[in-house]
Amino acid sequence: MSGAWVALALTLKVAGWATALNLVLGVGVGFLMARCRFPGRELLDAALTLPMVMPPTVLGYYLLVVIGSHGIVGAWLLEHFGIRLIFTWQAAVIAATIVAFPLVFKAARAAFENVDPQLEDAARTLGISEAAVFFRVSLPLAWRGVLAGLLLSFARALGEFGATLMVAGSIAGKTQTLSIAVYEAVQAGQDDTAHFLVAVTSIVCVTVLLSAGRLVPGRVMARG
Amino acid sequence: MKSFRPRLLGLVAASLTAFAAQAADITVSAAASLTQAFRDIAPLFEAANPGTKVQLNFGASGALLAQIAKGAPADVFVSADQETMDQAQQRGLVKAGQRRDVVSNALVVIVPTAAAKVPATLADLNQPGFARIAIGLPASVPVGRYTKSVLEAAGLWTPIEAKMIGANSVRQALDYVARAEVDAGFVYATDAAIMRDKVKVAFTVPTPKPILYPVAVLAGAPNPAEAAKFVDFLFTPPARAVLAKYGFGKP
Repeated sequence: MSGAWVALALTLKVAGWATALNLVLGVGVGFLMARCRFPGRELLDAALTLPMVMPPTVLGYYLLVVIGSHGIVGAWLLEHFGIRLIFTWQAAVIAATIVAFPLVFKAARAAFENVDPQLEDAARTLGISEAAVFFRVSLPLAWRGVLAGLLLSFARALGEFGATLMVAGSIAGKTQTLSIAVYEAVQAGQDDTAHFLVAVTSIVCVTVLLSAGRLVPGRVMARG
Repeated sequence: MKSFRPRLLGLVAASLTAFAAQAADITVSAAASLTQAFRDIAPLFEAANPGTKVQLNFGASGALLAQIAKGAPADVFVSADQETMDQAQQRGLVKAGQRRDVVSNALVVIVPTAAAKVPATLADLNQPGFARIAIGLPASVPVGRYTKSVLEAAGLWTPIEAKMIGANSVRQALDYVARAEVDAGFVYATDAAIMRDKVKVAFTVPTPKPILYPVAVLAGAPNPAEAAKFVDFLFTPPARAVLAKYGFGKP
């Protein structure tokens, strides 16, 4: 059963990195989509939401095509840096990040759209830079929605299976996350292991959700 | 509540049967390596037995067994090794008298077509040039079990296991090699044959025991009569021709 703890540590590492990346990507893109007006904005929004609605296996396949050693990005990485992404935990992070991205991006866009532009304008009249307006006015006001999106994306990344299996494989101790370990155990008819892994997963998820429920109001009170 | 529950179950059952197999349908759970061959055989059997439809379900033999043990309504089971069928027999899913060996196969080491280095022996795989080797997961994939047993016999399992990329079925191992994501892989000769443009066979690995695929009608088969006909059909000349076309040998 010690394999379960290794799988748990790996799952938390992958979901943690994916959420950190989405904090930057999702919040950045969400802010730009909320503030910039250009033709085809809603079309771009729909395209950016695709990873959430497409089957993860489809996503996994195209990721394999792009970051595989024959893919556009994969071949370039291999040639210039000698990096092979497939079958690494970093590939699992990429898969989880893309799958969970729309959750942060959508939440962040909605949150920024709810921020009163007059408050931002007021800050500008006081002579602070655009970056300061973002970090000291827009982001603190939108923080609650952004945080909700981040928590959802963390949960989504924890359970990611299809795309991860395709690009990271199932290497025990290296890329075998909890959800993949459950799948392997069921395939091999090891029901006891599967039950144990499911119990571990459930405890982790409930802990995350409970601590999220405790953290969110407190933070909003402190900041808002 | 007491009267409600059976009614609810009845409703669920009725709605399920609307989608479930018709009376004359059979479900065949077969080892992944048989995919193409069985897809060709099924229409031949349906033509010879009008009114019967064959539903094919492919996967690693161990995964198929796990499904059947949990009550999947399969009629015929074809495993890629004797061990998986032995387990089915021990669990009472298959009767001893029902199993017959249907085809034989061979274990090969393959490399991507464009590979610079081609191993000539098992020991060559221990060299640093072969950093990633695709092997079916021994717990559920028969080709992985065959691979593990020959590597253990050669005293190479420990060093090669460290480089192993586990595959969920023999076809996934084949795909990893075809995409050149691994440097070599262990598959069946029949799998290597379907991707001749992307993989090449480095050498055939002699196995201590011959690789024989057993077939059996399942004890819990919803349609045992048609299932038995399908098994018999696998031994007729039209089916043998298809199996031979894909490189399967006689048992």
